[in-house]
Amino acid sequence: MRAATSLLRERILPVLVVVAAILVVWHVFVVVMNAPFERDQAARAGMSPSFAEIVPRTFSQTRPVLPAPHQIAAELWDTTVNKAITSKRSLIYHASVTLSAALAGFVIGSLLGIGLAIALIHSRVLDSSLMPWVIASQTVPIIAIAPMVIVVLNAVGITGLLPKAMISAYLSFFPVAVGAVTGLRSADRLLLDMMRTYSASKAQIFWKVRWPSSLPYVFASLKIAVAAALVGAIVGELPTGAVAGLGARLLSGSYYGQTVQIWSALVMAAVVGAGLVALVGLVQSVVLRRMEGR
Amino acid sequence: MGYLVFALAFWIAAWAVNGALVSHAFATPTGAVAARVSVPALFGLAVLVAWECTVRGLAISPILLPPPSAIAARLAVSVPVLWADFEQTFLRSVLPGYIIGCGAGFVAAILIDRSPFLQRGLLPIGNLVSALPMVGVAPIMVMWFGFDWQSKVAVVVIVTFFPMLVSAVEGLAAAGRMERDLMRTYAADWRQTMLMLRLPAAAPFIFNALKINSTLALIGAIVAEFFGTPTVGMGFRIATEVGRSNIDMVWAEIAVAAVVGSLFYGLVALTGRALTFWHPSNRGGRA
Repeated sequence: MRAATSLLRERILPVLVVVAAILVVWHVFVVVMNAPFERDQAARAGMSPSFAEIVPRTFSQTRPVLPAPHQIAAELWDTTVNKAITSKRSLIYHASVTLSAALAGFVIGSLLGIGLAIALIHSRVLDSSLMPWVIASQTVPIIAIAPMVIVVLNAVGITGLLPKAMISAYLSFFPVAVGAVTGLRSADRLLLDMMRTYSASKAQIFWKVRWPSSLPYVFASLKIAVAAALVGAIVGELPTGAVAGLGARLLSGSYYGQTVQIWSALVMAAVVGAGLVALVGLVQSVVLRRMEGR
Repeated sequence: MGYLVFALAFWIAAWAVNGALVSHAFATPTGAVAARVSVPALFGLAVLVAWECTVRGLAISPILLPPPSAIAARLAVSVPVLWADFEQTFLRSVLPGYIIGCGAGFVAAILIDRSPFLQRGLLPIGNLVSALPMVGVAPIMVMWFGFDWQSKVAVVVIVTFFPMLVSAVEGLAAAGRMERDLMRTYAADWRQTMLMLRLPAAAPFIFNALKINSTLALIGAIVAEFFGTPTVGMGFRIATEVGRSNIDMVWAEIAVAAVVGSLFYGLVALTGRALTFWHPSNRGGRA
């Protein structure tokens, strides 16, 4: 009971206070940023409304400069609960399009990254030839190739999910490769020597020592990779024009000035991103706890 | 066919040379350093040769994958355009945004440092925001600040602010309890403790954020340009030249972006290493 109240006071209360402060500031900005439009409209109609008359109107514009939180919430509710999932207007449909591309890319990229890491630690030539490039590529804005990949693959006849998944895979590949190499190298020297005295085979050393000791590093980079994969899938939806997906919602919203649509797509992307990272974190804590138990 | 055979032969030869270089024990440190640099360089060259010969040998359309020689030729003749894009994207968008975003994150970290309550409230939110696809704010910023560099600066500020905030708060907590107590016995005030103990202790964390942010800033600016620009900029150029099927120009722009990205990162990393030379991560390991 005491632990629960201290958790409430130490952790949850500060976050709630900060969130409340953000909401208050947000509402102030809604008034400040949307008021010029209302004044303008009123001036054209030949009226000069008082400040108190303008304030309520700033919260209910159809295309506000900054939508109020309740407008975003209403749009979210309307496009998730009130629309059939198969409908093109359903945000869940768009989120699932993006999510499936991001997940497919994440799985492909992570498997390739781990595979490359395993090859790197077993071949010194490959390691010293390729590793500097892998590290250097992390400093490069890889996302810039997204439009080219999409268009070129479209030209070859590959469309739909796969081009986006390839960008996600490409983005998640490098962090996983770097993290897995670091992790596989972090195995305790004493344990490796001991395995050698047992005359363990390379495969046995890998599965019993190197792989388990690499998992904390691998999971840390998997979290980065899954977030990167989502960004890749969203950006991958931009060059094809607004067809489907969260990126398409952002793009069509910005074409037609639908700010509420942009913000709700953004909130959805945030929810999906946080969910993905939390999911990897959950798997991580379960796996690492079971490993400790052995 | 000859091209493909040549590529294969070159690849095998480069692999053999690299194998010899890696397993050879060098007597002098300079020899070892030269080998460490030339092995990846030779590998990169082998990749370029394989790329060039495969494209020529299989007669792949330049609209799908242009050979490196065509990209280099295009790079050489379009220096003015590439420079204008660099100026717009890097000098006008990335640099100001990076400085403002990192500076604001740092100042915010110092401000909330005195309040454990604010720290406990802001850190979980900062961590959450750092993991979100923040480039999604790009269309909103383009709507608020217009098509020109101002909106890109705004995106870069938002993208770089939270990683810096989280790292700086973590870094400011890094100074040890004993050292802080020592400062108190010296009757050092808050400013002195900050300047002489806590900021130096936080420097490695801050430079870590600066390094991460150097990449994030470039990504943010390029993606923001996909949502609307004046007719100049790296992201704009990539998007439009893809549409016009000038894939060699796209590759030239990507090459520029890659060089700019690694130079920016390298510069920040070198500055960090020079300023935090005392930190174990910069001292140990290499002789």
